[in-house]
Amino acid sequence: MAATRFALRNLRRDLKSGELAVLLLALLVAVGSLTAVGFFTDRIGRAVNQQAGEVLAADLRLESARDIDAGYDTEARRLGLRVARILSMPSVVFHDEASSLVALRAVGEGYPLRGRLKIADVPFGPARPTEAIPGPGEAWADSRLLARLGVPVGARLAVGAHEVKVTQVLDYRPDQGAGFADLSATLMINVADVPATELIQPGSRVSRAVLFAGDPADIAQFREYLRTRKQPGERLQAIEDASPQIRASSDRAGRFLSLASLVSVLLSAVAVAMAARRYATRHLDSVALMKCMGASQGFVLRQTLVQLVCIAVIVTLLGTALGYLAQAGLAWLLRDLIRSDLPPPGVSTAWLGLVTAVTILIGFALPPLLQLKRVPPARVLRRNLEPPPLRYAAVYLFAIGSVLALLYWMVRDGQLVSVVAAGVGGTFLALAIAGWLLVKALTPLRRGVGVAWRYGLANIARRGRDSVVQIVAFGLGLMVLLLLALVRDDLLRDWRASLPADAPNYFMINIRPDEGEAIRAFFHERGLPPTALVPLVRARLTAVNDVSVDQLRFESERARNFVEREANLTWAQALRDDNRLVSGAWWSEADGGGARISVEQEYAQRLGLKLGDTVTYDVAGEPVTARITSLREVRWDSFQPNFFMVFSPGVLDDVTGTLITSVHVRPEQRPALVDLVRQFPEVTIIDIAALLSQVRDVMDKAALAVQYVFLFTLAAGLMVLLAAVQATRDERRYESAMLRTLGASRRVVFQGVAAEFTALGLLSGLLAACGATVVGYYLAREVFNLRYAPDPWVWVVGVIGGAFLVGIAGVLAARSAVTQPPVETLRQA
Amino acid sequence: MQANRMDTVLEAVRVGKQVSSPEGMLAILSDVSFAIARGETVAVMGASGAGKSTLLALLAGLDEPTSGKVCLADRELTSLDEDGRAAVRARHVGFVFQSFHLVPSLTAVENVMLPLELAGRRDARSAALEVLGRVGLAERVGHYPRQLSGGEQQRVAIARAFVTRPDVLFADEPTGNLDAATGERIMELLFGLNAETGATLVLVTHDQALAARCGRIIRLDAGRIVET
Repeated sequence: MAATRFALRNLRRDLKSGELAVLLLALLVAVGSLTAVGFFTDRIGRAVNQQAGEVLAADLRLESARDIDAGYDTEARRLGLRVARILSMPSVVFHDEASSLVALRAVGEGYPLRGRLKIADVPFGPARPTEAIPGPGEAWADSRLLARLGVPVGARLAVGAHEVKVTQVLDYRPDQGAGFADLSATLMINVADVPATELIQPGSRVSRAVLFAGDPADIAQFREYLRTRKQPGERLQAIEDASPQIRASSDRAGRFLSLASLVSVLLSAVAVAMAARRYATRHLDSVALMKCMGASQGFVLRQTLVQLVCIAVIVTLLGTALGYLAQAGLAWLLRDLIRSDLPPPGVSTAWLGLVTAVTILIGFALPPLLQLKRVPPARVLRRNLEPPPLRYAAVYLFAIGSVLALLYWMVRDGQLVSVVAAGVGGTFLALAIAGWLLVKALTPLRRGVGVAWRYGLANIARRGRDSVVQIVAFGLGLMVLLLLALVRDDLLRDWRASLPADAPNYFMINIRPDEGEAIRAFFHERGLPPTALVPLVRARLTAVNDVSVDQLRFESERARNFVEREANLTWAQALRDDNRLVSGAWWSEADGGGARISVEQEYAQRLGLKLGDTVTYDVAGEPVTARITSLREVRWDSFQPNFFMVFSPGVLDDVTGTLITSVHVRPEQRPALVDLVRQFPEVTIIDIAALLSQVRDVMDKAALAVQYVFLFTLAAGLMVLLAAVQATRDERRYESAMLRTLGASRRVVFQGVAAEFTALGLLSGLLAACGATVVGYYLAREVFNLRYAPDPWVWVVGVIGGAFLVGIAGVLAARSAVTQPPVETLRQA
Repeated sequence: MQANRMDTVLEAVRVGKQVSSPEGMLAILSDVSFAIARGETVAVMGASGAGKSTLLALLAGLDEPTSGKVCLADRELTSLDEDGRAAVRARHVGFVFQSFHLVPSLTAVENVMLPLELAGRRDARSAALEVLGRVGLAERVGHYPRQLSGGEQQRVAIARAFVTRPDVLFADEPTGNLDAATGERIMELLFGLNAETGATLVLVTHDQALAARCGRIIRLDAGRIVET
């Protein structure tokens, strides 16, 4: 009790006197930046998720060929979810004598629940978003449909027994998807018009869907409800089942933001460790005095712990509030750039503040503070008596362990955490060795330089171990700053490179094999790039290793969906550029032949397929069995026709399928598409420009978030620099007073300090650039699957930036030491 | 003069202290024995390096001897662990140091309150204010050490030493950092308070005149007692 009271009183005094300022500030920056990052990335993540959710036009989508029970709607509304119903069916529309096959979509109030429709005034014209849906009696038609029918906006179309007026061109709907389910030209009408069309008859191929959107927790709850209640034939889709392209992008975005916050954690922790060490050093005397006055070791320990708990609470409250404000400010700054409204952050991020404060305090502040318990009381008589030295290996292992645990808790990605940890650990070791070498190498250097440099370099050599610690701290700080800039740029560059300006923006499917040559000729004639026509065969998976799929159990809903849907198969002689074998071998003439198949690795994983397994497909009524001889990784965001299943040649060649291709069409070439539809009416053109821009939008948002997250990381890095300079400030003040007493001018003292920090910064920068390049290489190659080109700017920025930043920070921090009259300093000493 | 066994408050019996040095074991104190009676004033004198500060540390239980034993207020310090010795200090010992050892972040009154707070006393502030008034610093209780002169700082340290009404007061060169006139006033205060409270005073000093004011002088040379 006495210890608690004493600790609280002492804490109040330390707070008032500024003794704890550096420690608190470092922690505050740590918690503030982390929670700001946490809150903001949480919001961005939710926005990205919602955007990925556009693919469903909802958070959750229940589809069925039959009527869907209205009870689901009631239950969803009870949970506070928004609900919309849609209905789609293939149909034929007429205008005078012209007719066309359409995918008729009847949408109800509220559609789409996620994303926005885009409409245009003329076919293939500039599009604008809208909140509306077609009113009763109105229709919004696809450009392709109007081109096919040769009618303008305003035309009246017969839909079954009903007539609707085309009032807008439908440019984009969020759930048009990347799959091949909705490929006919769309005609969107109001669901209220459906009965009048009299199209729904027994045997009609109608697909019904109920869309749900709302708070993630409610959605999760409702998803469980649906999972247990849904009827046979009802298919449930959630955001994570959305198209592979969107998921590839948002996964990368998530890792990106996580990486940025990892760096904040590391830097802040280093700053806190340095501040705690300084605090402990400054309190050796007062603790020795307390012990001299009768304080027991237990008392010192208890009061240290009570103070730490109080600090944790204060920092959590202030830091989390700061983080919240910072992210709100950030969102405000970005209001014009983030097109969609950011959803509010989740409450769980507030825990991050407490967990961060406690982890950093325990891992980094506690070990040096525990030293206070062991201060010999006789220090009051002989100041050279110090507590037994910390076992640094154990302390650092403990600190690193705790920060890794925190990092893992944050990102839940063991591979990412271990690569970052290995890079940081390796650099730590390299920096420590290099720092030690520098200290050793300084003595001969000192003879050839002027007085200021001699003083500066002598300081580094004299402080020995402390210099190494500083070099390591600066180096680590610089390394992670460079690493983030490096990896971020690499990823952005690669993202952009993987989606170049001439990435395909149209898929063309349903091309009859006998029309292939004519299509090629049309492309050539109209100046479109030459294209590869890829065969496509639709088939259903019936057995794996001769066991019927009906008897197989699948772990996830998605795997079950994969199996239930008709699969798109292809065959190929050679492996595509955007595919990479991860195991097995691609077929060759020497491998014995037979029906072989190469499977996309994620698909294989979901279905539990492995090399050597056999799969049987029902291809046009005939069973076709093939052995899996390789697994592939596919870059879906190449927007080339890619397949989960690729057969070896000679198996499907004779099956009647269609051809598919993708092509980049420049805006001025768009009229060619109208002619293509006229010339080849059965060819379906899928406009993926809209999908591409959706992916780009997601990426831009992620990149923007990372850049702002990077600002917080930069602030944390600066805290490390300040804490490092602060740690030697008392010593410097005394030294500068001594030098000035001995006749050195302020300028010489300044130059000496600048020389010392410039030298420290130079070496730290050099090693940081080296470490960042190595870690960047591994991150890019192993984690993000990107090509990596070393960036010479990393070296330039590392070395010059390091010397400049550390030099300036050192001089600024030492300013008060030099300006203080020497007599005052010496009297206090 | 030898203290009566019944009145002995502090006793050293064949105390030795050795430390390791690059040249091997170095004896700082050898075979030091004496007893000090309650209320006695004793000066410990000797040249630099004679072992005065080491002896003070051992007598106050701040350090452990290599051989021999030390008893303070009927407790054998050498048989106690660090916390046990701290408990004895808390109840029976006060200190005044050459370099004052005030906590720079605490005001004068907070410095004086420190030992009382450590003992869990709730009246710490009023007791501290009273003693500060007694040493003539009633007007400066809210000042930080850096705002006080050397003499004032030492008066705060004296107030801090006496505020717990210790049985034994250890003073390590209390005037060493002060000019002669200030030192003189500080010693007046120290001896005055000592007489008032009946504490035993153990004073380490180089100052012959100061030592002469004490009832007894223990003189050390190269770690051995040459006069007691």
